[in-house]
Amino acid sequence: MLKRVTAPKEVASVGIPIGKASFPSPFVSGLEYASPARGTWNIVHTGMLIPEAHEIFVCAASCLRGVVLTAAEMGAAHRFSTVEVRERNLLDGDMEELVIEGVADIIERLPKRPPVVLVYTSCVHHFAGCDLDMIYEELRCRFPDIDFADCYMNPIMRKSGMTPDQLMRSRLYMPLKQRPIRKGAVALIGSDLPNEKDNDLVRLLTENGFKIHEITACRNYEEYQEMAESEFYISTYPAAVPGGDMLSQRLGGTHVYVPFSFDCDEIERGLSRLAEVLNIPAPDFTGKREDVQQALKETLALVGNAPIAIDYTYSPRPLGLAKLLLDAGFNVQKVYLDVVTGEEKQAFEYLKSNHPALMLYPTVHASMRFLAEKEPTDVLAIGQKAAHFNNTNHFVNVVEGGGMLGYQAIFRTLALMQEAYREEKDMRDLIQIKGMGCGGCCG
Amino acid sequence: MKQTSRIISTYSADVFGVCSALFELGGIIIMHDASGCNSTYTTHDEPRWYDMESMVYISGLSEMEAIMGDDEKLIGDIVAAAEDLHPRFIAVAGTPIPTMTGFDFEAVAALIEERTGIPAFGFNTTGMKTYVHGASMALEAVARRFADRNVQKTSDLTANILGLTPLDFSVTGTEHSVTDFLEESGFRVLSRWAMGSSLEDLSQAGGAHVNLVVSSTGLSAAKALQERFGTPYVVGLPIGKIQKEHLREALHTAASTGENQYPVSDLPGEDILVIGEAVTSLALASALEYSAGQGVRVLCPTEGSEGLLRSRDLRAQYEEEIEEAMREAKTVIADPLYRPICPDHVKFVELPTEAFSGRIYRERIPNLVTGFDAFAKEVL
Repeated sequence: MLKRVTAPKEVASVGIPIGKASFPSPFVSGLEYASPARGTWNIVHTGMLIPEAHEIFVCAASCLRGVVLTAAEMGAAHRFSTVEVRERNLLDGDMEELVIEGVADIIERLPKRPPVVLVYTSCVHHFAGCDLDMIYEELRCRFPDIDFADCYMNPIMRKSGMTPDQLMRSRLYMPLKQRPIRKGAVALIGSDLPNEKDNDLVRLLTENGFKIHEITACRNYEEYQEMAESEFYISTYPAAVPGGDMLSQRLGGTHVYVPFSFDCDEIERGLSRLAEVLNIPAPDFTGKREDVQQALKETLALVGNAPIAIDYTYSPRPLGLAKLLLDAGFNVQKVYLDVVTGEEKQAFEYLKSNHPALMLYPTVHASMRFLAEKEPTDVLAIGQKAAHFNNTNHFVNVVEGGGMLGYQAIFRTLALMQEAYREEKDMRDLIQIKGMGCGGCCG
Repeated sequence: MKQTSRIISTYSADVFGVCSALFELGGIIIMHDASGCNSTYTTHDEPRWYDMESMVYISGLSEMEAIMGDDEKLIGDIVAAAEDLHPRFIAVAGTPIPTMTGFDFEAVAALIEERTGIPAFGFNTTGMKTYVHGASMALEAVARRFADRNVQKTSDLTANILGLTPLDFSVTGTEHSVTDFLEESGFRVLSRWAMGSSLEDLSQAGGAHVNLVVSSTGLSAAKALQERFGTPYVVGLPIGKIQKEHLREALHTAASTGENQYPVSDLPGEDILVIGEAVTSLALASALEYSAGQGVRVLCPTEGSEGLLRSRDLRAQYEEEIEEAMREAKTVIADPLYRPICPDHVKFVELPTEAFSGRIYRERIPNLVTGFDAFAKEVL
């Protein structure tokens, strides 16, 4: 065991009661810290969801380092290649040539020609004013049998326009080619993790006889292409919405957003609206609210006054979950997030008025390096970052909503809380695994 | 030059070398970058991240700040963090975008130092060279800035160990094994750059009679310490019985004559190829040569090999040229992530290193100072 040698003697807390917090940025931005929790997906994991795709990253070594090792760790090194940008390329202005010749060289050396290649350019191409249109035109001309998707690793743009997460989720469907629309076919889009079979969305679609396409279930590139026959594109993850709109405009289906939520009204509204668009009978929610109350009561009876911490990596609605639990009498003490999203404004305002003592904590603030609990605690954490900062093995190990949706997300979350309360997990080892659940996407 | 890799990994970059070298010394280290570098470094390149508190951060550079040249945001953020965290020093290291915008690291460091009163460094790393370059810059800066000029040579025989980072040695205890070797050889160790020593320890480095450079990341610091204190240095890693004897002799010769020493074997033969950083690979090659009585070739894909490689050794960086060199060998010793390009007829012996495969094979990284004999059995 290594020892602490450099920690400052005392670091002031940076938490803030929600009653005093501002929307949408409760914390001052500054130097950023990276906690060891690594379960959320990155652009390498997401791109690998396209079956048989080969990824080629064109970047400087410092940027390549993280992505090449992501691919290696997920056992997908054979589907991943790199073109390294050097200083002389910045000076010589030969960036276009480097991309074209580098990508071509890799394709020629691959043991098998992939049907689709994702080419990731980076911040340096953006700043150098690289002619990306010309690059892709040339590549398509040289390799007419390959579909090329322009992908991006340009985090410098995260505060300008679409975020890298939104962009990647939109690029994931760019290789889809228009084909006749098939009545009754839907595609669930934009989620890294497969929808759980018993979530309200999948059940609604299955009960009404829809053919469901989902990228996580596609075994080969042809099955992936079949997604383009969909009459409806349904997204459930906020970052997937722009991609869904683009897909609908390009291929002609209808995009419907059914938001992930822990709020009964919003759940019913979202699914009812979907039913209306799909032209199917409205789902029957009779007894669901009573079932939720019962499940909350049972869970509360088990966990009692145990302190609870929630973070934003568990689901897109950390404040919505806090509201559900606090109103039911749970001892939710902390929520970890760096910004409050627009979708959570209502929950934020509600908590501000009704539970003003709830503490908000950032995850990237420089001081958070020293504010994780030094000794193990029994906090019941929902999400990997909450588990890390509270040093607890009692945690719900799920990222990005875990494929849950609707009332099922509430029931499943409560069940997972009960399990986490009863059983310990090896938090330290589990949270450091990159791209939780991506094991099946690299064949 | 196509600069491509179809399947192999890439070495840790210069900016991460800076972080790794300074990690234990109590400073704030800032990677001036948009996002991603911090999680890359802490996930893949820093085995101490979970257990040893440090202050490595990213600036979170945005498009508008880069275009508008808004350095004040960075400076303000660093000053604010320094007020909260009270670091021993502040180091800002560069990445590709600051390189493109012509960010003046030295000037910004000077401004930060003026505002905080805390020693500050600017490292104009580009993110386009390997960790060897960055770690060398960082250790040299420490040698020039923090090694106390008033320190007198110790009355007993003493040494510093230069070039220790987990990127080359992981957390296998190599720093302790090298320390044991030096003590057995009659040298008290004043400081270890930079694993297991404090900034105070490093400040006493000028009192040593000799510096032992165990990886090429320590070479620039050795030269700086020689310039400032006249301390000679010896390049090498104590691997294998005979190599250890040669190194021991070289250390005493350097300490008594003041002349630098570089004990390395040079037998003819190219059947065995070692791929990796220059000093550690050459030390391993020498130890194997002494054991096998035949020559071992080194291929160095990182910087820092100038003046170290022998005439038959190679300097190569890209996949195709490395693959070609492998074809000429009968046995290749390299990180497991090189295996996919190793021809079938060539025996491949794994020697994982954090600098290439990160944390993937961490449990299998050997401490060659204590474990050479077992390793040699796999090779010979």
